[in-house]
Amino acid sequence: MAANEFLNNYLPFAMMLVIGIVFVAIALFMSRMVRPSVKTKEKLSTYECAETPVGDARIHYNIQYYMIVIVFLIFDVEVLFMYPWAVQLRSLGGLGFIEMVLFIEVLIIGLAYAWRKEALEWIQ
Amino acid sequence: MITNPNAYDLIVAILNAIGVYNIILGFFQEQGMEYLLRIVIVLVEIAVVLVFVLLTVMFLSWFERKMFAVVQSRYGPMVTGPRGLFQPIADGIKLLGKEDIIPATADRWIFTIAPYIVFVSVLLVYIPLPFGESLILSDLRVGLLYIIAISAITPISILLAGWASNNKYSLMGAIRAVAQDISYTIPLAITAIAVVVFVGSLSTVDIVNAQQGYWFWIIPKWFIFLQPLGFILLLIACIAEMGRIPFDFQESEQELVAGFFTEYSGMKFAMFFLAEYAHMFAVSGIIVTIFLGGWTGPAIPIIPIQITSLIYFMIKTYAVIFFACWLRDTVPRVRIDQLLHLGWKIMIPLALLNLLVAAFVVTAGVI
Repeated sequence: MAANEFLNNYLPFAMMLVIGIVFVAIALFMSRMVRPSVKTKEKLSTYECAETPVGDARIHYNIQYYMIVIVFLIFDVEVLFMYPWAVQLRSLGGLGFIEMVLFIEVLIIGLAYAWRKEALEWIQ
Repeated sequence: MITNPNAYDLIVAILNAIGVYNIILGFFQEQGMEYLLRIVIVLVEIAVVLVFVLLTVMFLSWFERKMFAVVQSRYGPMVTGPRGLFQPIADGIKLLGKEDIIPATADRWIFTIAPYIVFVSVLLVYIPLPFGESLILSDLRVGLLYIIAISAITPISILLAGWASNNKYSLMGAIRAVAQDISYTIPLAITAIAVVVFVGSLSTVDIVNAQQGYWFWIIPKWFIFLQPLGFILLLIACIAEMGRIPFDFQESEQELVAGFFTEYSGMKFAMFFLAEYAHMFAVSGIIVTIFLGGWTGPAIPIIPIQITSLIYFMIKTYAVIFFACWLRDTVPRVRIDQLLHLGWKIMIPLALLNLLVAAFVVTAGVI
């Protein structure tokens, strides 16, 4: 019964996934039927404000974005721990609340550390 | 645990009321394919949602342009159809006939697959979105977590699109978009958790049901009145998530041409366009579900609750969309360092504070 209910609940998900892909495929296919296709060297060059493209776009990038992703990863995993706690808080009572206060305190110390180390600053 | 009724149950109930359900069921049982009936019914539901999404996108793109024009004392689209209402159809036909250019230096495979991922991931957000009383595709028990998880796929497709284009504007726009999306996912998730603490369930239908009723017979029991700070945080985070002015770094026209879809043309561009507006509606619907009482509203006699609730949901969602468009029309863009400063140093601490206060109130037994 439980397995069946799970199937029933996620059936729309599976079907939406398939139908979404099919929808995009049909739209792209329809456009392929009607659109012109006259390719020239200029058309296929990368857009760079009508100039000849200079070099490759995939160059060394600002380290700042990497720092943000690292901090994000830590927070995202910790946020994940809060979901089961939030659902069960009423039955956990005061102890659950104190535990989460400690957890968030550690989280805030981590944020303060990243802040102090200027991981969140935008370095020019 | 009782599962809330969803659209499937509603369709079965309607078929039963007409008296044809047993006939159809008997037909499918004769073939020995009882489960096929469920698949057919779900197929109908999904078709309805898909058509609804497409119509919404068409209307929204017209609405936003028209509103932008009115704010700037222009006319906006007005040639095609009454007040230019058919402009989106004209756009669609134009895009259908446009040449599809894949730059020679681009990564062809990833370039082609990115529009699929962005559109499908936005479409999947609609599954646990309650449009009205029992008007929901599937009431997942992890509904809110599911929504946040699926929303996290969109930045991946943006990054794929920007990377595959091998265009400097695209890559810059994509990386900015991802940095912004992930920075604002955290306050969004934490404010959502603060509501889950009150409800004790991740199901979107349970969240809406918890907001039914009134205080003092006048004030509706919406969570916006319990957590005004949470509502403001969620609204800002959602507007950033939508990538709209004042947070539209992914496609700030003056700097990055069109951001991550600079190189896309024709139908592939249309897919990004569709996804953007569909995402906008979905996110507004989520704000309404979490904080503005979802589909709840005063019941009207005679008219079935499914219809009135759908109307209430639409009114509220369009109010949020109106607010987002209004922001776009009036507010200048912030700088990216200001954006990250706001996200990490103001919104996350405030969101944690909001969560702790909510948890304290629940533990103390006030609510």
